[in-house]
Amino acid sequence: MPIINGTVLFNKENHGDGLKKALELKPQEIIMEIRESGLKGRGGAGFPTGTKWMLAAAAISEKKFVICNADEGEPGTFKDRVLLDEYTRLVFEGMIIAGYAIGASKGYVYLRGEYRYLLNKLKSEIDKMYSENQLGNNILGSNFHFDIEIRLGSGAYVCGEESALIESLEGHRGEPRNRPPYPVNTGFMGYPTIVNNVETFAAVPVIIFKGAEWFEKIGTDRSKGTKLISVSGDCEKPGVYEVPFGTTINEMLEMVAAKDTKAVQIGGASGICVPKSEFGRNISFEDVSTGGSIIIFNKDRDMLQVLKNFMEFFVEESCGQCTPCRIGNIKLLEGVQMIERGECSMSYLKELIELGKTMQIASKCGLGQSSPNPFIAIMTHFENEIFTQW
Amino acid sequence: MNAKILKRAPVSQQRQIIDKDSKADIGNIVEIEINGKDFKVPLGVTILEACRSNGIHIPTLCYHEDLCIAGVCRICVVEVEGMKTLQASCAYPITNRINVWTSSEKVRKARRHILDLLLSEHYGQCYTCHRNNNCELQTLAKEYGVDFFRYGHIQERRYSVDRSSFAVIRDMDKCVLCKRCVRTCIDLQEVGVLEATYRGDRTKISTFMDKPLADVICINCGQCINRCPTAALKANDPSDEIWEAIDNPEKHVIIQTAPSPRASIGEEFGLPPGHSMTGELNTALRMIGFDRVFDTNFSADLTIMEEGTELLLRLKKKLVDKDDNIKLPQFTSCSPGWIKYIEHFYPDYLDYLSTCKSPQQMFGAILKTFYAELHNIDPANIVTVALMPCSAKKFECNRPEMRSSGYKDIDYGLTTREMAQMIKEAGLNLPELPKSNFDDPFGEASGAGLIFGATGGVMEAALRTVYELVTGRQVPFQNLNIEVCRGFEGIKEASILLTEVKPEWSFLEGLELKFIIAHGTANAKKVMEMLIRGELDDYHFVEIMACPGGCIGGGGQPIPTSPEIRKKRAEAIYKEEMELSVRKSHENPHIKFIYEKFLTDGPCGHISHKLLHTHYVRRGRYID
Repeated sequence: MPIINGTVLFNKENHGDGLKKALELKPQEIIMEIRESGLKGRGGAGFPTGTKWMLAAAAISEKKFVICNADEGEPGTFKDRVLLDEYTRLVFEGMIIAGYAIGASKGYVYLRGEYRYLLNKLKSEIDKMYSENQLGNNILGSNFHFDIEIRLGSGAYVCGEESALIESLEGHRGEPRNRPPYPVNTGFMGYPTIVNNVETFAAVPVIIFKGAEWFEKIGTDRSKGTKLISVSGDCEKPGVYEVPFGTTINEMLEMVAAKDTKAVQIGGASGICVPKSEFGRNISFEDVSTGGSIIIFNKDRDMLQVLKNFMEFFVEESCGQCTPCRIGNIKLLEGVQMIERGECSMSYLKELIELGKTMQIASKCGLGQSSPNPFIAIMTHFENEIFTQW
Repeated sequence: MNAKILKRAPVSQQRQIIDKDSKADIGNIVEIEINGKDFKVPLGVTILEACRSNGIHIPTLCYHEDLCIAGVCRICVVEVEGMKTLQASCAYPITNRINVWTSSEKVRKARRHILDLLLSEHYGQCYTCHRNNNCELQTLAKEYGVDFFRYGHIQERRYSVDRSSFAVIRDMDKCVLCKRCVRTCIDLQEVGVLEATYRGDRTKISTFMDKPLADVICINCGQCINRCPTAALKANDPSDEIWEAIDNPEKHVIIQTAPSPRASIGEEFGLPPGHSMTGELNTALRMIGFDRVFDTNFSADLTIMEEGTELLLRLKKKLVDKDDNIKLPQFTSCSPGWIKYIEHFYPDYLDYLSTCKSPQQMFGAILKTFYAELHNIDPANIVTVALMPCSAKKFECNRPEMRSSGYKDIDYGLTTREMAQMIKEAGLNLPELPKSNFDDPFGEASGAGLIFGATGGVMEAALRTVYELVTGRQVPFQNLNIEVCRGFEGIKEASILLTEVKPEWSFLEGLELKFIIAHGTANAKKVMEMLIRGELDDYHFVEIMACPGGCIGGGGQPIPTSPEIRKKRAEAIYKEEMELSVRKSHENPHIKFIYEKFLTDGPCGHISHKLLHTHYVRRGRYID
């Protein structure tokens, strides 16, 4: 799997003593630094990390928690796996810095069940950090205490949603909570909690080491830094790439040597399907936002089958809690199957697209809010292709 | 905006209350705009509460006043300006100025879609459904003018109906997954029999390992039935068998009616809660064809005599004989839901329970022995029906211990809802019927028996008798109304001082009789934990009812239920009680008669022990 030398995370020259430097700062100074860097959540939603930390830091509580969301379950996304595997220290350092910044002394890594093979490696890294006084009591002489514990998920996609993740971490059925209140106020066991993506944490020590100003120069106006992109599908060089925000889809396709591309799915199953006519768009929070994946479809792919695959995934993975997501996804899938059999009228298709729009605004969490995306996008962009098949 | 977690439901469904000292707090009042109009609402109330208190209707399905918030059905979504998605109004606490639209185009469309989706998976048809005309899903469909199944309609069953339980039938094909039953069972009652299993479209409310309800630790309280918006949960209805018995001329069919159904059955006929229908109900039952209509309050009086005597005997054994094996406080045993609860959850503490059967079962035992003898009827031909506010009574009458007459003491337990159905089937409109009295000899009862229906009633009735037995004086409360026993506080504690006692009770002189009243098994659990911690060592008597509010909130009562409705029903009972001439169990002339003629060795004597007392089963939490 080729890993292209990136400018932030994949450039080892940037991996300095961010942790040591951070612990010499005041917590507020770290938060200011992160805010100034413009770092936004790498999980996909793009919430400003500094703001999240500030909210958690402001919450008054005897206990607070830091959670690293390593439940990387979005189809086509595998960049966190690479970070955890090859840049483990960076992730843990980010968590420690976050704990220091918000006043938490315990961190959890919620590791995707399917990544169990990484468990021993992560554990031994943690042990090593304890022996090097980078975890535990009085970290690097700073008087700051922090522990990290790894918990395994059990294979539910929805547990990547932060409140469902917290439920699962507490030992309950992984179901998203009502928001507000948000985890920064009422999170794990009812205490203020920040949940950040693996990649977000990994960026933190680099930002502290190199400075917000340096980081802020990379990327676009509203999307700072770089993004790890897991590239899969019809191309010659699939893998994990680190590209600055603002990189266009065309540039990406060229980089990975993709030919005859008809469409790309950006951000996994729940992301956006971009047809060829829009390949000039760029990867950034203001344009095509992504949690970190591109799936490439060339001219031979049947988009209806692509869609069916996605919908089967959502039917399987909906937690079943709220009505729009639980029943809506199955209706969309049935719609795809009806189209396949040539039994779907155009008026019913319209009803389904309307249903998709309701799901986007009425579902309880991000899963149901984004699961109709591929349906709506593919039915809009590839209507001709799909309906001329028979 | 710190939220406090109040209950131990699945955390995702806990009601989260926003702290009043939040920084966004502007004098505890927030100005918001709803549908373009300004309103002032208390900080932290939900959009739904804010709307309802201002007369703005928002449809709901998973929301229930008694339960913690779920926010899962999404039917109550509203538009909050500036937010990308619609918000579930039941779950959205107001902490700052927001503009809310409760029926914008987006909102109406979304609600209609959600309804269409729910209907597409809701198996069955309204005219073959016992919740026809009292179904929240049906009401919503009507409200939103649903006239076709936009996304289809399921044609085949997906699950089989669980009829294993004597009390509760579960038909998961009618379930809309609102999780009210889950929240009722886990959070309101803290029993925890039901939970969602599987996920996505296969999500289903299950028992442990999907076992039949009869094989899990269900206490049969039926609170889930009362809160189910559809017919997914219902009581096990014996009315066909009862009709059959009525139609059989060889059978002598006797019905006893408990106090609570009278206070609530009017609701089934369109009356507002709080109308007592005692006289009308008697007439209806005779017109239906019951051979005798008796009053459970009679056996409630009998219970008081037995249970009160049992308490005094325990006190004597403990205080005079210094018998350490005697357990105090004595817990009441009228509520079969509570009995099954303690058998499952606290099997080591069964000795604290009074050995008295419930009034229902005492009556059955008397009917098939004393009454049969008195009227020269073959007990094999007597069919005893009990009209109860309760689903657990259906289980209770089927307990193997409950055959001390040599027959099944009570043949059928019938709920208020089922009774109303029978009355309707007989073509009667209850509120229009003339009033009539109960039949002799078990028709006259004291008011003490009547108030058994509300939480605290058994305690109040017992105190009236025990105090007077011991001191020879009336309880020192105005109009005999022991107010400390009344009201809906979860756990009530009080005491009464015994002074100038009769000589035979001299060992009780100066005793402060301490008692506790709890309703709902969540509160029962708290009391049991107090007992285990030794905090109840100096208490003497504990009344526990499994259902919130006591029997008036029972699992067989009319649907819907709410704190307000239960309050009205209780008021009706207390009001009726004030109008009765005899208000103390021991003054009931028929009680005196039965102890003279039949239970000749007195309360807690040999005969009563055989017929009116029982024993309990160590069930435990783990069932094979």
